[in-house]
Amino acid sequence: MGPFMSPFNNLLCMLLGISFTVWFTLLLVFIIVPAIFGLSFGIRGLYMKTLLKVFKWATVRMERGAKEKNHLLYKPYSLNGIIAKEPTSLEEELKEIRRNGSSRDLDEFEMSDTFYFCRRGIESIVDDEVTKRFTAEELESWNLLTRSNYNFQHISTRLTVLWGLGVVIRYGFLLPLRLTLAITGVSLLVVFTTMIGFLPNGRVKHFLSEKVHLMCYRICVRALTAIITYHHSENKPKNGGICVANHTSPIDVIILASDGCYAMVGQIHGGLMGLIQKSMVKACPHIWFERSEVKDRHLVAKRLSDHVKDKSKLPILIFPEGTCINNTSVMMFKKGSFEIASTVYPVAIKYDPRFGDAFWNSSKFGMVNYLLRMMSSWAIVCSVWYLPPMSRQEGEDAVQFANRVKAAIARQGGLVDLLWDGGLKRGKVKDTFKEEQQKLYSKILVGTSVSSWDPAVHL
Amino acid sequence: MGSRASSLLREEDIEEIKKETGFSHSQITRLYSRFHSLDKGENGALSREDFQRIPELAINPLGDRIINAFFPEGEDQANFRGFMRTLAHFRPVEDNEKNKDLTSGEPLNSRTNKLLFAFRLYDLDRDDKISRDELLQVLRMMVGVNISDEQLGSIADRTIQEADTNGDMCISFSEFIKVLEKVDVEQKMSIRFLH
Repeated sequence: MGPFMSPFNNLLCMLLGISFTVWFTLLLVFIIVPAIFGLSFGIRGLYMKTLLKVFKWATVRMERGAKEKNHLLYKPYSLNGIIAKEPTSLEEELKEIRRNGSSRDLDEFEMSDTFYFCRRGIESIVDDEVTKRFTAEELESWNLLTRSNYNFQHISTRLTVLWGLGVVIRYGFLLPLRLTLAITGVSLLVVFTTMIGFLPNGRVKHFLSEKVHLMCYRICVRALTAIITYHHSENKPKNGGICVANHTSPIDVIILASDGCYAMVGQIHGGLMGLIQKSMVKACPHIWFERSEVKDRHLVAKRLSDHVKDKSKLPILIFPEGTCINNTSVMMFKKGSFEIASTVYPVAIKYDPRFGDAFWNSSKFGMVNYLLRMMSSWAIVCSVWYLPPMSRQEGEDAVQFANRVKAAIARQGGLVDLLWDGGLKRGKVKDTFKEEQQKLYSKILVGTSVSSWDPAVHL
Repeated sequence: MGSRASSLLREEDIEEIKKETGFSHSQITRLYSRFHSLDKGENGALSREDFQRIPELAINPLGDRIINAFFPEGEDQANFRGFMRTLAHFRPVEDNEKNKDLTSGEPLNSRTNKLLFAFRLYDLDRDDKISRDELLQVLRMMVGVNISDEQLGSIADRTIQEADTNGDMCISFSEFIKVLEKVDVEQKMSIRFLH
């Protein structure tokens, strides 16, 4: 290193110093300060509109390319379905076969009885309601992300250039920006909640804890470039209630908690997550369980009930599906949270998949990988609907109540309401369902000499 | 990374499958997408576990036999050609009029071939006869534990008695066809594939 290098070194250092200062000032003014006060400059809205225009242009180009080659543009099967299913039941079908075939009664075996099961089986192989809920939703048209390019062909040079530009913007500019914000948000959360933990319990502590939580979650929202629209805020969950929502990803928590204060429920993790959990609980009471306690349903129910009875405590946030589903449907709600005697505030969350897929496919991606993918998408756009509060009615049991709430959420979010258990993502289906089908067929075959099956035992 | 499903399927393959099965180009690409999504091991072939992961199939009383139909004799893996060939049995018969460039010989979705598919559901040992035992097995699968052995036995005996014309106490394929001659097989064993 001779004297030749020194002036350049100095210049370089100065330039770096200046750019960092400018960078941080911009960050502070445009992002962090509005986050603290809950204001918005409208930059994200503008960004979203621009993106939509770009996507539309891209689709037009691809359609033009397809027309030139005389092909049909690929449409994903999840949109229109590969097959049109016959909605007939077993009984109807068997009656029909017998009417046209021999002149026999319904209650005698025919070799063609297998046809119904056969056809249903093949239909489910071609298209079933469950397995497609555990992978990312397929898009109607390409959104210039490599990860959502399954079958989109006819990508011209111009589109490739646009895609390349997108890569540069997302990984070179947006990702570092978002990472900085995320780190800021999380560190502020940990530091401030620990500090607040030293205050004596009372109104001041409660007030400060609320403000700190909201501020940090808002910074995290900006760290994901999440553009959220809240509907019907008059129905926001109140103290002593339970808030239930459909579950698509861990980000659901950030989205809901940046608009209101909740008591979280969950298992204590190790590492960074555990640190955040421990410091959060110092500022206000969240419900964290040890791994061993999670299995004990009575303990869980007791702690939740105790929390709910105390009207000064924040509403509990629970995701009754128990696992992440891909936001095209709502799967079975576990009845545990509906057995607790309190008002339930349903919330429906629907993501717009065009800007970035929020679904966490935990069998494919770990948490870190998932967060990186989130932060390198265009944006996370979603709508949140606060539904009017519901309570268990006379003569309704927990399962029926859970299904009623689930139906309301599905209707509002435009999602398919399924009875299947989200646990089927990893586990096998229970044999009782097969046994029900067998009972039904047996009943048709030999009439009422078979004990009738109880329709309430459906789940 | 990502499921670039159709890029693994070549144009020549699509053309061959089209000729053999009668499916259209877009139907084949869509079904390939489905095949790919079921293939969790990503090795280009489906195993029995891949099928059993479908809950609606797992609760079907005849689920195991249907899965069997996709696996040729003694093999554990079903490739895409085999998958399509088996599904082709369920194409509606009317679709054949629209698709004239099929190979000569009977199309896979003819009435006879549909009946053969159903016959093979019973005939596990592939000896071209449904024995009393084989019939009982299928009956047991469909009724579970709800009917006694004696009752099931008499149902099986009656069925064989009515179908068996050559007195060998088994149901051959031609006897099977005769019993079902009045049944609308074309409609009951077809699935409406969208284009």
